[in-house]
Amino acid sequence: MIRLDDVTFRHEDMRMRFDAEFPAASLTAVIGPSGGGKSTLLNLIAGFEMPESGRVLIGGRDVTALPPDQRPVSMIFQDNNVFAHLDLWQNVALGISPSLKPDAEQRSRVDAALTEVGLGALMHRKPGEVSGGERQRVAVARALVRDRPALLLDEPFAALGPAMRKDMLELVKTMQRSRKLTVVMVTHQPEDALTAATHTAYLESGRVLALRPTAELFAARDLPGLRAYLGDWRSSGL
Amino acid sequence: MIAYRPSRAPGYAALALLALALAAGFLPVLRMGLEQGFSGLDPYVFRVLRFTLLQAGLSTVLSLALGLPLARALARQSSFPGRALLLRLLNLPLALPAIVVVIGIIEVYGAGGWLGGVFDIYGLQGILLAHVFFNAPLAARLILADLERIPAESWKLAAQLGLQPTAIWRLVEWPAVRSGVAGAALLIFLLCASSFAVVLTLGGGPRATTLEVAIYQSLRADFDPQRASMLALVQLALCATLALTAQAWGGLAVGWPMLRLQPRRHDGRSASARLFDGGVVVLALLLLVPPLMALVAAGLLHIRPSALLARALATSLGLGAASAALAFAVVWPLAVLAVRSDAWRKAAAIAVLASWIVPPAALATGWFVSLIAHAGMTGLAAFLVIAMNALMSLPFAARVLTPALAQSAEAHDRLCMSLGLSGWSRFRLVELPVMKRAIGLSLVMALILSLGDLTAISLFGTQDFVTLPALIHRQMGSYRFDEAIGTALVLGALVLAFSSLAERWSGQR
Repeated sequence: MIRLDDVTFRHEDMRMRFDAEFPAASLTAVIGPSGGGKSTLLNLIAGFEMPESGRVLIGGRDVTALPPDQRPVSMIFQDNNVFAHLDLWQNVALGISPSLKPDAEQRSRVDAALTEVGLGALMHRKPGEVSGGERQRVAVARALVRDRPALLLDEPFAALGPAMRKDMLELVKTMQRSRKLTVVMVTHQPEDALTAATHTAYLESGRVLALRPTAELFAARDLPGLRAYLGDWRSSGL
Repeated sequence: MIAYRPSRAPGYAALALLALALAAGFLPVLRMGLEQGFSGLDPYVFRVLRFTLLQAGLSTVLSLALGLPLARALARQSSFPGRALLLRLLNLPLALPAIVVVIGIIEVYGAGGWLGGVFDIYGLQGILLAHVFFNAPLAARLILADLERIPAESWKLAAQLGLQPTAIWRLVEWPAVRSGVAGAALLIFLLCASSFAVVLTLGGGPRATTLEVAIYQSLRADFDPQRASMLALVQLALCATLALTAQAWGGLAVGWPMLRLQPRRHDGRSASARLFDGGVVVLALLLLVPPLMALVAAGLLHIRPSALLARALATSLGLGAASAALAFAVVWPLAVLAVRSDAWRKAAAIAVLASWIVPPAALATGWFVSLIAHAGMTGLAAFLVIAMNALMSLPFAARVLTPALAQSAEAHDRLCMSLGLSGWSRFRLVELPVMKRAIGLSLVMALILSLGDLTAISLFGTQDFVTLPALIHRQMGSYRFDEAIGTALVLGALVLAFSSLAERWSGQR
């Protein structure tokens, strides 16, 4: 479970206040207009931003004062998830050995993670030699070897084509189930939330206005902002 | 798709002009060099070459030894009081004429200065001190720009993975700056190998002289064009090799610095990191601040308006304006073609480096021999100074104009083709209003370089033909150091006024 306990944060002249609980061992999608604070929410959980007040709890433990590497969290970004000069294997190995000197047991875990995400054959390629989808898989494999209970995804598939994003979503879903991860995923695609997320949160102007089971949220009639944000995506055949 | 094809005639004219200038400089030097053969390469030439390489090598190493940690400190500590001011201070040496800084250094470290006796400034130590003053900030700025290009996600990743400072250096920072450091090293070596004013004023006799200064002395003091041409050939071989290597490496980074929004970093918060970074910053301040303060403090006491000062000021401004206009007239047609054709891009890249490949003193030797010594055309002096200063500012002007022109080509070419807008009317109606700032910036940069020039004016100047830097040098030489300080402050203030204009135009706030 990830809990933001009355967390306040200020970015330039925008004031944000988050009070929400993301259910444990399930996948929660976060949707809402741009500039509403979706990425800031993830940054606060991961420890890249410090709240002005309030607490961040992960699995019941107060992590507000902890630096990013000591939080039980992995995060995957939209791009730049890999270091271009290291090969895929090294990029994953950084997840367990920040000095890049893994022992035998760690090596076999890196191999296993790369195989699990389908990169077994490409592990000694450089990021420049593989596709965008494969680079994102590297980040997933790294999250696997880090083995942290929480996984944050910041529009991780926004730059991928439809088939690739479907595969990736499937991969994340499988991973979430087999390891009982608490996943929070920021997305701009309502169908991502509908296919993968048990819960969906709607964020607007620095506030979590609702966090409900996905179907319930999409059917909600009490959120005028949500209706405007979604527009007529459903009637257009999606 | 059919591309916009600007007229090539102005481009060919610019190339022809450059070729003529280079041929007039290079051919006489080559002829005189070949006549002497290897007999001209006497021990004196080798001694000068050895010192040139020694001081340039040491200057490069020292500048990077300070510049690299300084860049890292500035990148890592993204907010401390005075950071913005320090960044501006790092831009100062780029604009300040060498002779002005030398005056400040003598005022601080010379006999009777605030810190007199700390360094033996007349000789290698003084030369190194001045070169590090100029080039450590240059290195820091170039490397800082590379560090700021590292994407924000890399810093988040480093924080999440708990990378230690050494791992961050190895995995994130070094790969980002590696090629930039090599480029900066080459650039600094090249600048120091052809440094003139610093060595002329702080070098001591044949023991501590460089090729550039030795050429000047052979031409103007010893009236020995034979020796000058031999030295010029050696200097030419050295600089051409360096400049072309640097160009092949990925281009020499010359231009006004642009500060961008830096991504937030999550490292460098530990006490030891802060202490180290703070120490580096203090060291840089100790290097940069005292000479500048001394210059202002002593200069204010010694400014004496005189007819000579006024005449030198007017001459400096006139020559500067003329050479800025000439540099623009040469670069513009080349850049117009370069942004639309690969062949022209390559030709222009080499053409604008003409003055770095054939260094000023080497070029001047040829001009001097063929035009002044042979034809007795002493009246040409002003034109030669203008031409040489224009040549020296070509790389800077090109660096500003080319990207701006590329942008304009991208945005306007199709519309201009459909309207049949080309040539002069396109320049007047499209590029001039759209690129006001870039054009202004290129002119001001050329003007600043020309205002600070001591090389060309020393080689061609006469008793009655004096610019501000030449006046400072003359006052120093005739033991009127107080007057020299006053003149230096006037020149420094003038240049800074123009450079703050340039900073505004380069989009810096």
